[in-house]
Amino acid sequence: MHELQITESILNVVLRHAGQHDVSKVVRIHLRVGELSDLVDEWIQHYFNYLSRGTLAQEAELAIVRVPIVLRCPACDLSFQIGKDQLGAAVCPTCAGSKVELVSGRGYFIENMEVL
Amino acid sequence: MSDEVRLIDVKEDIQADNVRVAQGLRDRMARSKTFLLNLMSSPGSGKTTTILRTIEELRGRYRFGVLEADIDSKVDAELIAARGIPAVQLRTGGFCHLDASMVVQGLDAMDLAALDVVIIENVGNLVCPAEFDTGAIRSVMILSVPEGDDKPLKYPLMFSVSDVLLINKIDYLGFSDFNVSVVRERALKLNPRIEIFEISSKTGQGVDAWADWLSRQVGTFLNG
Repeated sequence: MHELQITESILNVVLRHAGQHDVSKVVRIHLRVGELSDLVDEWIQHYFNYLSRGTLAQEAELAIVRVPIVLRCPACDLSFQIGKDQLGAAVCPTCAGSKVELVSGRGYFIENMEVL
Repeated sequence: MSDEVRLIDVKEDIQADNVRVAQGLRDRMARSKTFLLNLMSSPGSGKTTTILRTIEELRGRYRFGVLEADIDSKVDAELIAARGIPAVQLRTGGFCHLDASMVVQGLDAMDLAALDVVIIENVGNLVCPAEFDTGAIRSVMILSVPEGDDKPLKYPLMFSVSDVLLINKIDYLGFSDFNVSVVRERALKLNPRIEIFEISSKTGQGVDAWADWLSRQVGTFLNG
């Protein structure tokens, strides 16, 4: 699994911003993770703890918010939210059409961080 | 201490670096006129055999190369090189996927001027490769009949990011409860634009239709 690479990227971005803002310690990092990501929050934190040892971000808490899966029906121009387990059977709530496209629910985004 | 806490806005997509490298790679491939195809699937679904069949079908038209990703072996690259097809083995050293930088590294070891198409055989796994842009022009996934028709439900992201679904090993259909129309329906729900071909890379059945599609894509790319 790719926890290690994702977590390393998070740490790199965090340390770069910390370096630009005269930070002595990173306390909390607010992350938005797509619902479609198979990474488990707890494991992202474990990997982060491991990688961040000896850095300004050591012991920082990852506050992870999941970005819901949003689909769009091009026929109705309607966007709607669904759970990951409903994805395979998703239809447009208005026209019941099954030709829908993924709008959001992927990726990893660092919103902001709390620092000292 | 808590009153000293400051909030710093970051607003960064952590995959932005990879996306930049991938975009740079697409620009470079457009200049060198080399079509880059990313092939993803589970282990044992027939990636290498499908690559060999596809190249066999189109060898008269285009010059192919293969970039092999494997955790720690050269078995697939040797198979391909034995057919006289230029192949580079990328050892991902335990990595579960390829990202754009790794692809760049592999392509640097190839003579792109002498190639029209490079097929990336991604690491065998339906989860991680779906998350990383390789810089390819098109992404293709294989689902083989013995894996079961429930896979679109279990690995939705893979089906969402692929341009083509190859349903492989259709010669096994008689021995299995795999329902092709259920897979088609589930895959199209996740990705209405996905092209679906039913093939057997072992017997060659259906490979011509898939190869025709690929040939048209490559033709448009090279002449565009």
